[in-house]
Amino acid sequence: MEILLILVVSLFGTMDAPDVMDNPNDDGSRIAISWQEFTSEMAIDGYEIWRAEENTDFEKIAEVNRFEQQYIDSETMNGITYRYKIIVVGNGEIITESEVSTPVKSSEQWFNTGRTNVLIGFIVYAAILLYFIYHARRGKNLFIRRLAGLEALEDAVGRATEMGKPILYVPGLSTIDDIATLASLNILSLVAKKTAEYNTTLLVPNRSPVVYVVAREIVKEAYTDAGRPDAFNPDNVYFLTQNQWAYTAAVCGTMVREKPATNLFLGHFWAESLVLAETGASTGAIQIAGTDSVFQLPFFITACDYTLIGEELYAASAYLSKEPLLMGSLKGQDWGKMIVLGILLVASALLLLGLPWVLNLFSI
Amino acid sequence: MNPSTDPWVWLAAFLTLCIFSFLYKDNILYRFAEHLFVGVSAGYLVALTWHNQIYPNLIVPLFIEGNILYIIPLAFALCYFTRFVPRFNHMIRLPIAFLLGWGSGVAIPAFFQRDILRQTQGTLLVREAFSKWDSGLWAIVILIGVISTLIYFFFSRERKGVIKPVANLGVIFIMLGFGASFGYTVMARISLLIGRLQFLLGEWLGIIQ
Repeated sequence: MEILLILVVSLFGTMDAPDVMDNPNDDGSRIAISWQEFTSEMAIDGYEIWRAEENTDFEKIAEVNRFEQQYIDSETMNGITYRYKIIVVGNGEIITESEVSTPVKSSEQWFNTGRTNVLIGFIVYAAILLYFIYHARRGKNLFIRRLAGLEALEDAVGRATEMGKPILYVPGLSTIDDIATLASLNILSLVAKKTAEYNTTLLVPNRSPVVYVVAREIVKEAYTDAGRPDAFNPDNVYFLTQNQWAYTAAVCGTMVREKPATNLFLGHFWAESLVLAETGASTGAIQIAGTDSVFQLPFFITACDYTLIGEELYAASAYLSKEPLLMGSLKGQDWGKMIVLGILLVASALLLLGLPWVLNLFSI
Repeated sequence: MNPSTDPWVWLAAFLTLCIFSFLYKDNILYRFAEHLFVGVSAGYLVALTWHNQIYPNLIVPLFIEGNILYIIPLAFALCYFTRFVPRFNHMIRLPIAFLLGWGSGVAIPAFFQRDILRQTQGTLLVREAFSKWDSGLWAIVILIGVISTLIYFFFSRERKGVIKPVANLGVIFIMLGFGASFGYTVMARISLLIGRLQFLLGEWLGIIQ
């Protein structure tokens, strides 16, 4: 093997040593290797990457095709010194090999420099949020424009009370870590307070076991806050099943049997949205929906009386409760949007003026 | 016509028709299928959770491999059961608070990267877009669409003055998007129905191949 290598290297010349470096912005155990393309009159099949630790022989760790000039070795141990070399292969034979690289170690990084823009954006956004929350808590009057769907919410609860029928609240089919679910649970608290005050039955079927537990606690607290803890019926907030279509079938069954006067579909939904909304519409219930799922919004818009589109769902809890924390958050979100709008206009102008580096500010 | 001789296919076809009968009205067959579906799926979930979550992620590392750290998730999980003990049921808030905090921590940076930075980058006007007149035009349309939609979702001002026409333009963009999405999604729904009809007419009755 050694003699053969000496022979072929003397015939075809050598490659420069590959550039090696600890792969940046990771948790370690990766080394990035790159090399110059080897040009030869002979047909090249590809490159072999060989690695050696201190005091050990080289061993082949990978093969790449001739179009590749880099490789990430993702099977290294942090803190151990490695050296690399590249062997060029053509027609199944070794054509030449590179010099041995400089020693290199992999290590983990505490901060991903590639996401500095995310950190800066988050700090600016958090500062705006805290500013508005601070002012809201100090009693500053923060204006929020009227949202038609939410104006109808109180009427919908009143309608159910007058008709002596229950209200069905579906908090979406997603899990607790979904922002839409969190927004929905905020609204559920306010709806539950109203139903406690009016002594109206509130049915909350759940798909996620964790959301079920949270929803149950929220409704229970709302009834206590409204001074009607005795009116809380734990059986009305219930877990059905995690299967999407079994859940849908059961909720549809509830709608046609219990005939709720009001159906509230607030949260994240998938393909079941149209089935739920259509069944609810067929029972004559007033329906208010809200979701951040772009694909399901058209179905809710067509089959429901009112629909909260995207961020209106997040704004709803602030609008209904007028709580300083939520109002301040909503104001902060608004100004965040205005900053994005300003950035779009300014950055576009700079790019058109011939400053392409501006685009890199948004790269991750 | 070559009906299936497999009793399981007949059972599946019967349950499919039970569910389809809801199109007429609520009836005992639909109720039967609905309750069976909910019960079976809930039971299946218990088995699935044991085999895919509890056993490999808790029992094996804690009791077989002896990794003591896994007592923490076990303690958190047990907190859920305190809801059955009124004296300690406040402890259920511990895992819920952890989940909410963890969920927000994971979701916010990902949201910021995906929905703000990437979207902003994709919306910006770049010189290359104007190398062809149509791509330049569409780049401007996208920018106007994003700006007017952002204005639509601005809650801090009443919709009057300059905000009103821009927000109205935003509604048009939003509805155009929803229209396209509606058509696309309906196609997917139809394919689900076709799949079920293929089962009934093919695998069950043998009318189609």
